[in-house]
Parts: sequence; C-alpha cells; structure tokens
Amino acid sequence: MFELEFMQRALIAGLLTGLTAPAIGTYLVQRRLSLMGDGIGHIAITGVALGLLTGTAPALTAVLVAIVGATAIELVRARGKASGDVALALLFYGGIAGGVLLIGLAGQGAATLNTYLFGSLTTVSPSDLYAVVALAVAVLVFAIGLGPQLFAVCQDEEFARVTGLRVQMLNLLIAVLAAVTVTLAMRTVGLLLVSALMVVPVATAQQVTRSFRSTFATACAIGVIACLAGIVTSYNADVAPGATIVVLALAGFVVAATAGALVRRRRGVRAPLPDEEPEVDVPEPAPHVVSAGHPHAHTADCGHPKVEHGDHVDYVHDGHLHAAHGDHWDEH
Amino acid sequence: MTPLEPPTAPKAVQVADLSVDLGGRLVLRGVDLQIRQGEVLAVLGTNGSGKSTLIRTMVGLLPAARGQVKLFGTPVPKFRQWDRVGYVPQRITAAGGVPATVAEVVSSGLLSKRRLFRPLRAEQRAAIDHALEVVDMADQRKDAVAELSGGQQQRVLIARALVSDPDLLILDEPTAGVDQASQAVFSEAIRERVARGTTVVMVSHDLGPMDALIDRSVVLRRGRIVYDGPPHASQTHAHVHPHVADEPGWLS
Repeated sequence: MFELEFMQRALIAGLLTGLTAPAIGTYLVQRRLSLMGDGIGHIAITGVALGLLTGTAPALTAVLVAIVGATAIELVRARGKASGDVALALLFYGGIAGGVLLIGLAGQGAATLNTYLFGSLTTVSPSDLYAVVALAVAVLVFAIGLGPQLFAVCQDEEFARVTGLRVQMLNLLIAVLAAVTVTLAMRTVGLLLVSALMVVPVATAQQVTRSFRSTFATACAIGVIACLAGIVTSYNADVAPGATIVVLALAGFVVAATAGALVRRRRGVRAPLPDEEPEVDVPEPAPHVVSAGHPHAHTADCGHPKVEHGDHVDYVHDGHLHAAHGDHWDEH
Repeated sequence: MTPLEPPTAPKAVQVADLSVDLGGRLVLRGVDLQIRQGEVLAVLGTNGSGKSTLIRTMVGLLPAARGQVKLFGTPVPKFRQWDRVGYVPQRITAAGGVPATVAEVVSSGLLSKRRLFRPLRAEQRAAIDHALEVVDMADQRKDAVAELSGGQQQRVLIARALVSDPDLLILDEPTAGVDQASQAVFSEAIRERVARGTTVVMVSHDLGPMDALIDRSVVLRRGRIVYDGPPHASQTHAHVHPHVADEPGWLS
C-alpha cells in the first residue's frame, strides 16, 4: 500500500494536515471560537463549487472564498460583538446552500461533492501536493513564530492592545491561517469534518497538559497520529478517510479524559488541599462620624459645592463632605 | 513621597475636557485631570460613575468623543511607547480556553519590548522570575492559571503588568473579590514601585491596605469629577457606598 503513489501523496498531505489543523485550532479554542473552523469549512464548499463551475482548480477557489469568508466573520465579530455567532450562522447556511446550488449548476453529481465534504484518498494530485506543502509550511511558520503574540491576543485581547500589539491585524491573521488550513485539510478529512481536527486534538491534549506550549505540541502530535492512522485504516477498510480520522481522534479524547481524571484524582488524594484561609473579608459597616463642632448649616445656596449621594446631598467643606443627619452633620 | 521632577518633565497623564460616549450615552462629561510623574492616584466612585471608562480611555481601549488624553506628553492615538505602561484590566479570571502556566501569562507583559519571530532573551526570563517573586507567586510559575484562586490569578495579572518595568501603572479594580493575603501582597508590590518613582492610577471601590499609599484621590459621579484632592479615611470607605439612614448597625 505504501508503494502506491496516491497513498504516498495522501499520507504526506495527512501528515501536514495533522500538524497544521491542531496548531491553528489551539488558538481558536483559546479564544473560545471552536466553531470558527466549521464556519469556514462550510464557506469553502461554495469555493469548491465555484471552482467546479468555472473549471478552475477547486483548491484555489476554495482557499480564496474561505479567506474572504473568514475575514468577514472576523470583521463582523470585531465590530458588532453581540451578533458574532449570528454572523457565523448566516455564513454556515450561505456557504452550504451556495455550494450545493453551484454544484447543481455545474452539472456535477453528489459523488464529486462527497469527496470534498468527507475527504478522499485519491483526490490529492501531484500539483496539489506542492501547494499543500507550501501552504502548510507558511501556516506553521506563522503559528509558531508569532506564537507569543497570537497567544496574548487569544488570551486577553484588551491587555494585548495595551502592549501596543496590532490586535486587529493578528486576529485577521488567525482567520486567514484558519481558512488556509481548512482548504489544506479538505483533501484528507473533508470540509464538514475539518473543524473536528482543529478542536478534538486540542481538547484531548488539555486533559493532561498545564501549559499552552505543551498543549500546542501535544495537540499537533495527536493530530498527526490520528491522520496517519485514519488514512491507513481508510485504505484497508475502504471507508471515507475523514470519518475514520475523526472517529480515531474522538476515541483518543475518551481515553485521555478518563486517564486525566484518574491522574487528577490520585494527585488530589496524595496532596490534600491546604487549610482554607478566609477568601473574602466582609467590609465593616461605614462608621458614623459626627462632624465635631459644625456651626454652619448647609443649604441649597450656601455656596459649598453640592454632591448627590444616594438619597441625600453632601456638601464639600474644607475638603470634607458633610451631610445632614437629624440635628447634626456627618462626615461622609 | 513624590520624587522631585524637573518642571519641564511632561505629566504622566493629561486628560483635557474628555467626554466619552458608550453606545449613545455620555459616560464621561468634560473630565480634566493632570497626573504628575510619581503620583499615586485613586479614582473612586459608585458603579456606573465612569471610573473604568476613564482609565480604559487613558490606555486607548475606548475612543474619546471630545477632548483628549496624553500619556507622557503624546496624545494616546499616536502613543507608541507602550512598554512604559503597565495595565491590569478588570478580570474575574486570567484563564483562556486552553491551559496556560503562570509564567506564560506573565510573559505576555513583555510583548511591548519583543520583536516578532524572536524567542525570549535571558534577561527577559529573569524579569519574569522577578515579577513573580514580587507578587509571591514564584513557586507556582509552572502551575496552570485556571487552577489558582481568584486572588492568585489577580496577582498573576499584576505580575504581567509589572514585568515590563513600567513608568505608569494603571489598575482597574485590582482588589475586587481578592482575599486579604493577596491584598497585602499587592500593596507591598505597589509600594515598591512607588518608591522607584512609578506613577500609579487605580480604580477601586475599596482600597483596603493600599489606602496608605494614595497621594491623591479623585471622585467621579455621573461622569464628572466631583472631588479632586488629598485622600482621607472617611472618603475611601464611607463615601463611595451609598447608604440608607435606617441601615442596621447605624449608630445615632
């Protein structure tokens, strides 16, 4: 099987997909935008259909349409915060409906579409492979080289802005990298399941890791193993590679989650919690300070600046605040 | 307490006739404020008085509808020396969707000094260790922030702001929901910075042990400054909490 040229190409593409999808996925999960990969995948369906309709390479049109869509999601998210998930939903539906419509117009059947939706071992052509390698290297260079900057933006966007980072640019970079990764992964896992490969290895890794760096590295390793094992299984069992890869990745998650829970429990038994110290101190009630010898009676027009304070008015007097209380004046 | 500065030194913060509009509502109205270098200023006021809006505008997170803010003499939109500013945002948690260690979070504070595509230099690693020692978190540097208590997470955020050795430290509610041990650690860390001439601006409901460090307090009410002058105990506590006359425990 490893002598077959299409299998060699599929395995190389799978290796690179397994590395890049979790690399970008780590940043998406950290930003709590796990479903962004899904949204981009759906938009890319329209891109593929556009390629088939116009006779252009589907990979090229998919990458372009995915970048446009990812940028649109990012801009909508940045401008109108509340409607971010609605925008994502609109793009989901628009992407898949547009794709099916255009495929119909192109006269291509469901079989062609299926190879893009769920991956296929035979769709990676030699020229595709060069593009996959070049794009994967570019994604990894940015994802690792700009790691500290991307980490800061995903961890705490406001703080990142105050360190002078160009946050909007970095957010767009993440969106574009995610779009490129989706089109890379289209060949092996397919557009409908690509997001699983971005999220599941990260979720698996964080069952056992504590640092961002080790989560990133472990997720990439899990992605590579799932992709290569999935492609081999897919060849032997003659099923769609995308589904096989995702089912393997999910099985890995179940194992890691169980193991992680056991390890944590054992660690907890060995090191019991230190004695709890009181966490919050209850503030003392405000003291009632009577202004000593205050002959002046404040009125609405006595000339002292007035400050509204709850249900009454304070008067600023020599840097103190005085408030009427019965027959005397209080310091407030 | 305030070190002498030459009269020509630019003010650390200059706020001139600042109005800020949040979703069509004027949250700040014509605020004027000058903060000298080395000064320690508390911004007080009730919820919704515009405290956080004021300091979020100072660091450029919100645009000014009218007027302007200058940091070290440069208007904020053109300000580029962000390594001179340490910012502690108002946060409930320091954790994101993926685990991250204390040291990793603190290292973000050095980004204003780092070039792209370069690893941390040795002295930058030393700065991270030092900042963690200042907030008494050196032993937890490899722990995941999500597993720390609220007070410890807040200490990590303070270390992140201190790690770049800033000249101006801006803190938004650093003591909210923080245990007393952590409050004492903060005030010690801030005291050390103040001794080195750092300007400090902090927003708070309740200053706790930091009370003693304050040189000057500003009280905001409905987006306007209603008091600007020396702090005194009655103000830092009773003043910012509206109370009702028949509150239980009210002595009269």
